[in-house]
Amino acid sequence: MVDVTIVQPPALPRRRLLTDLLANPKVLFGGGFILMLVLLAIFAPWIAPRDPIEQDLMLGTLPPVGLPGAEPGYYLGTDDLGRDVLSRLIHGSRVALTVAFIAASLAALVGAMLGLLAGWYGGWVDAVVSRLVDIWMAFPPVLLSILLVAILGSGIHSVVAAIVIIDWTRFCRVVRAETMAQASMDYVTAARTIGFPRFTILMREILPNVAPVLIALMSLEMGIAVIVEAILSFVGLSVASGTPTWGGMIAQGRQIIHHGWWVLAFPLLTLFATVLAFNQLGDGLRRVIDPVMRR
Amino acid sequence: MSLLSIKNLSAVSDRDGGAPILRSVSLELRPGETLGLVGESGAGKSTISKAVLGMLPRTVRITGGTAVFCGRDLLGLSSRELRKITGSEITLIPQDPMTALNPGRRIESQLTDGLRLKRGMSSDEARRIGLELLEEVHIREPERVMRAYPHELSGGMRQRVLIAAAFAMDPKLVVADEPTTALDVTVQKQILRLIRAMQARHGTSVIFVTHDLGVVAQICDRVTLLYGGMVVEAGATKEIMECPRHPYMQALLAAGPRYDRPDRKLAPVPESIFAGLREELASFDRRETRNG
Repeated sequence: MVDVTIVQPPALPRRRLLTDLLANPKVLFGGGFILMLVLLAIFAPWIAPRDPIEQDLMLGTLPPVGLPGAEPGYYLGTDDLGRDVLSRLIHGSRVALTVAFIAASLAALVGAMLGLLAGWYGGWVDAVVSRLVDIWMAFPPVLLSILLVAILGSGIHSVVAAIVIIDWTRFCRVVRAETMAQASMDYVTAARTIGFPRFTILMREILPNVAPVLIALMSLEMGIAVIVEAILSFVGLSVASGTPTWGGMIAQGRQIIHHGWWVLAFPLLTLFATVLAFNQLGDGLRRVIDPVMRR
Repeated sequence: MSLLSIKNLSAVSDRDGGAPILRSVSLELRPGETLGLVGESGAGKSTISKAVLGMLPRTVRITGGTAVFCGRDLLGLSSRELRKITGSEITLIPQDPMTALNPGRRIESQLTDGLRLKRGMSSDEARRIGLELLEEVHIREPERVMRAYPHELSGGMRQRVLIAAAFAMDPKLVVADEPTTALDVTVQKQILRLIRAMQARHGTSVIFVTHDLGVVAQICDRVTLLYGGMVVEAGATKEIMECPRHPYMQALLAAGPRYDRPDRKLAPVPESIFAGLREELASFDRRETRNG
């Protein structure tokens, strides 16, 4: 007779979440790419092979390495002013990521707060917030952002402000709906019969269950913020023209596309890959951490 | 002396142009007794249980009647006074154990919420009582379950935790809102037996909301059958099961299997019975409009 004791493993959901996250290819590749960009942005002065604003007209419009006429050391070629494209891309990630992280976080903060209040308290709070969102969403976002920056004046603060002012509605709508869904759950009813104050229930029972959706949405929003920043730099309304930005590089490359396609192509590709990475990360995060999709 | 006495309770829906939800419902519950509230969906059984718990949705309006619990009319209390009673003297065993626990909080904190908030216990004290409760509902390894998150437990385990939570405050009345509907049949039987045992130990009255007459026969002392928010039949379970008076009850009993008479043919409830019920509702509404 063999004595079998079944020992149940202790509860370790946090570690499981981490392994789940790393097992998801979208999270792995999206997150990995973003992580690499963040490191590049932080250590740009040390990683970039050259000074991004140093001009050398003798070395203007050099093609990328591997094409006829390329100079060694200028891996992705130079623009018409002889500035190194690779170094400008690396330095340009600083503006893109700064805007992405700050704008997405602030938009999430504002939108989530209003969404939570609207979804939980309902009544006139919901009516006011929902109508505000409806009105807000009636404006075309890109035009509105250009208008806002034109009013606020260019510069990175205005870009962030414009994105927050436009995109808080995205968070507000999703968080409101999710809050209402959570509020109808029996555990919320249970907390109410026990007699917790309404605000306590919102913070303790509902917010933690809304957070996964919020985090996933933030990742998507960062991708959007990168695009909006690029659009604004493309039209010259972002940071000062000396600072390298992807949107600015695209605008510059567009003018010399016939004899220097790489000046346009590389920032476009970088922008594309970055937005894709943010979207994949957001989608993967949603799949892994959203309690509804896990169930 | 009855613990809960509902008299002529009427309610309408604010949404469907004042459609009646409850039509002058009266019922009595004595201490230690189990009352089955039976009826099809929309018959008003959960409206009654929600009214007792003070959890009526905003769209439901009480138009008359009283619900006296230990000498206080629950319907006349301010929400603050009501909160003192619900969650400690009246508690709930919810229907769906899958959504009744917060997926983001450990069992310990959810089980001991009431003890800490309403009894002002320290976490250590509450934890000790929580462990006792989990043992009382026959959960093995209560220490481990206390640390677990809901998704780590099976449906039956979660329902046991919820039963433990409902009895944690030594309530006078537990409202069990279809507590076995979401569970499979083998677990159902254990859960019913457990509720029975907990009730006997704590001397609690239970309102058992269900649409399963088999469950009623097993655990209810008395039963109230509702249709369209009106009491159709009420009385001791044994009497009603043996000689039902109302044709609807007779038809319902004929429609279900009975293991003491396995050879009996099952008959669907004939349409004429529903026609008769609708006529009863209509004549009730006519009387109401004449009086009111």
